[in-house]
Amino acid sequence: MKLAFLSLFCAALAGCVAPGAAAAEQFVPLLSFRVGPYAATGSAIFGAYIDYLQYINEKEGGVNGVRLVWEECETEYNNARGVECYERLKHKGGGASVVMPLSTGITYSLIDRVAADKVPLVTIGYGRTDAADGRYFPWVFPMITTYWSQNTAMIKFIGQKEGGMDKLQGRKIVYLYHDSAYGKEVIAIMDEQAKRYGFVPSYIPVAHPGNEQQSQWLQIRQVRPDWVILSGFGVMNPTALKAAAKIGFPRERVLGVWWSGAEEDTQPAGDAAKGFIAAGFNVAGQNYPVVGEVLKYVYDRNKGNMPDRSRIGTVYYNRGLVYGIITVEAMRVAQARYGKGKALSSEQMRWGFEHIVIDDKRLAELGATGFMPAVKMSCTDHEGSGKVRFQQWDGKAWRVIGDWIDADRELVRARVETSATAYGREKGLNPRDCAKEQ
Amino acid sequence: MLYREAGQFKSSYADDQRIFPLRQDRHAFWALLAAAYVGVPLLANDYWLQAILTPVLIFSLAALGLNILTGYAGQLSLGSAAFMAVGAFAAYNFMLRLPWMPFPLAFVLGGVTAALAGLLFGLPSFRIKGYYLAVATLAAQFFIIWVLTKFPWFSNYSSSGVITAQVLSLAGYKFLTPVSKYLLVLICVSLFALAAKNMTRCAIGRAWMAVRDMDVAASVVGIRLMPVKLLAFAVSSFYCGLAGVLYAYCYIGTVEPEAFSLDLSFRILFMVIVGGMGSILGSFLGAAFIVLLPIGLDHILSALPGAWLPAGFGSNLQLMLFGGLIIFFLIVEPQGLARLWQIAKEKLRLWPFPH
Repeated sequence: MKLAFLSLFCAALAGCVAPGAAAAEQFVPLLSFRVGPYAATGSAIFGAYIDYLQYINEKEGGVNGVRLVWEECETEYNNARGVECYERLKHKGGGASVVMPLSTGITYSLIDRVAADKVPLVTIGYGRTDAADGRYFPWVFPMITTYWSQNTAMIKFIGQKEGGMDKLQGRKIVYLYHDSAYGKEVIAIMDEQAKRYGFVPSYIPVAHPGNEQQSQWLQIRQVRPDWVILSGFGVMNPTALKAAAKIGFPRERVLGVWWSGAEEDTQPAGDAAKGFIAAGFNVAGQNYPVVGEVLKYVYDRNKGNMPDRSRIGTVYYNRGLVYGIITVEAMRVAQARYGKGKALSSEQMRWGFEHIVIDDKRLAELGATGFMPAVKMSCTDHEGSGKVRFQQWDGKAWRVIGDWIDADRELVRARVETSATAYGREKGLNPRDCAKEQ
Repeated sequence: MLYREAGQFKSSYADDQRIFPLRQDRHAFWALLAAAYVGVPLLANDYWLQAILTPVLIFSLAALGLNILTGYAGQLSLGSAAFMAVGAFAAYNFMLRLPWMPFPLAFVLGGVTAALAGLLFGLPSFRIKGYYLAVATLAAQFFIIWVLTKFPWFSNYSSSGVITAQVLSLAGYKFLTPVSKYLLVLICVSLFALAAKNMTRCAIGRAWMAVRDMDVAASVVGIRLMPVKLLAFAVSSFYCGLAGVLYAYCYIGTVEPEAFSLDLSFRILFMVIVGGMGSILGSFLGAAFIVLLPIGLDHILSALPGAWLPAGFGSNLQLMLFGGLIIFFLIVEPQGLARLWQIAKEKLRLWPFPH
């Protein structure tokens, strides 16, 4: 039995190794998931990611002539499968350029491994928040923004709506959250903000999966909050919106986090979702040059990954494009240092991620002005932006409201450093000296 | 032919009580052990060690734990993953708060803590049976995970509620390489598999099986149900707890409580059902089946030219094939892979002259 398995695997493994091509190639492993409860998220984000890599190949023949190649491995959003996929792909094709597991659980499982294997782990909008301290986590990049940053930006947004941060005094804010590490993570920082601004927070957990929220919304009715922050995932989001409609809580005062604010969350709620506001580090819509380019170079040539073209331009699809942009920008930055037109090793890619600078000018060149925030990475700061933008659901589509809102970087950074230092002490790590590094 | 037992006589009690009465079995077993202890570390690469063999061994241990409870003692449980979590978090806290403690002791104490939790949640088994007991253990699954996320003390006030396994070191040697971790897991699994085998062959095991087959009859012949059932819960949770410790320290590294979800409990239960209830070998076969088959399918499907297939087709096909194969094996042999192996052995004994 065992032997049969062994030989089966060996045969399969041998089959996967494609003959090496002569031209330089850059390998991108994809730890994707297209089945299971989060298939809708996975298929859109990874579909868009592949589309963006394909777009670079089609339009420019790769990054400075280095063609991008990739291989998908199905993780099913399961930690053990994610580890297997990572181990399978990490040294393939001259070394993995980057690992993006799109699952906080898999991210945790990989943090130790990527440090040992020297492979960059980039988690955009999820993962381990305190890894933003690059001194203790040289290989981990929780890029663009983290849950903590998002929360401080949300409080700022509420402050704007109320007419100034001083108006927050005495306001009641309910934090309705998915009862897991994901939902709980911001409670401490919210408490700190509550002390500073004088608002009254209350925390109401919803047990996974969250398709029953009557008692929670009854509680909300008793609290009579001014705002509800919704930190949900999957089916919990439309359920919350429907329950809000039922008790007549205005949806214009429900703020969703970026895993609560996609078409997949609002459409099932129907009319109940109208007016709902959600944060995001990318916006929805097809009217951005970058989306148009992908349509032109990839879909018009029938090379698109999405079977359903109507999903192009959705929040999750556009998020996948952001992941693609970040990956390709890291390659450009690293090639500028280590040699243009050469394939990069995993370690060189890490340097690339750490030195990404996407300013407004570069955003315009990428066709992504307003599509994603400007990003500037450094040795100490592996987050790089902290900005979010709010969108409102008008019943049919997301409409951007207002400009990018910056996080309370000072507050977040202090907590990140405390937490990362504690991690370093527990693991016996010496922090990198960023002043000495180039 | 191959499996002839002619000429093999049992002339002493020791011979009669061997785990493998047949010489061929003994040889095969020692060869397997030698391969696992010597061959694999020499030949296997990181991928095989870290992604295939280590998880299979760890889940085998967990399945073994559940098999003791469900397969031998007949008490259905849906809380195996939660007991794994107790083991992992307990070992983490022992090593964190008592830094002088050598890690083998912390591992065992992690298992013992899980055993205590198992005892607690085994109490209802005295009054309820079958599906009702399964629901009571389901409570353990939810309650334990809730406690671990609710009270930040358990994760040493980590902001995201995760624990990061400390580096294991013993007498100056650090277990950092995949090979060393694999060997550590292998030693634990072989020791405890031997212990489990012997437990099931002695008075305790007989008492468990008597309770499983008919508890009224068992109590009539003088078996005290309460201690026997509770012992099954404690031993089973100890095994699951130790599997959880190994999962955290030798496999994943950084663990969140959600990793030990109900989903994992079900997977362990499937391992026991597919592998074979009430069989030590079945636990290993079941774990290998559930862990390896999807990976194998993924390798095979990704080797196929998939350019003309719509994205995600392979992933869905994998799930369908996996489900189909589980049903196929259960129809072919409802008593699991271990029973298939046994039938094959019986046939081999007669082969090539079955009549």
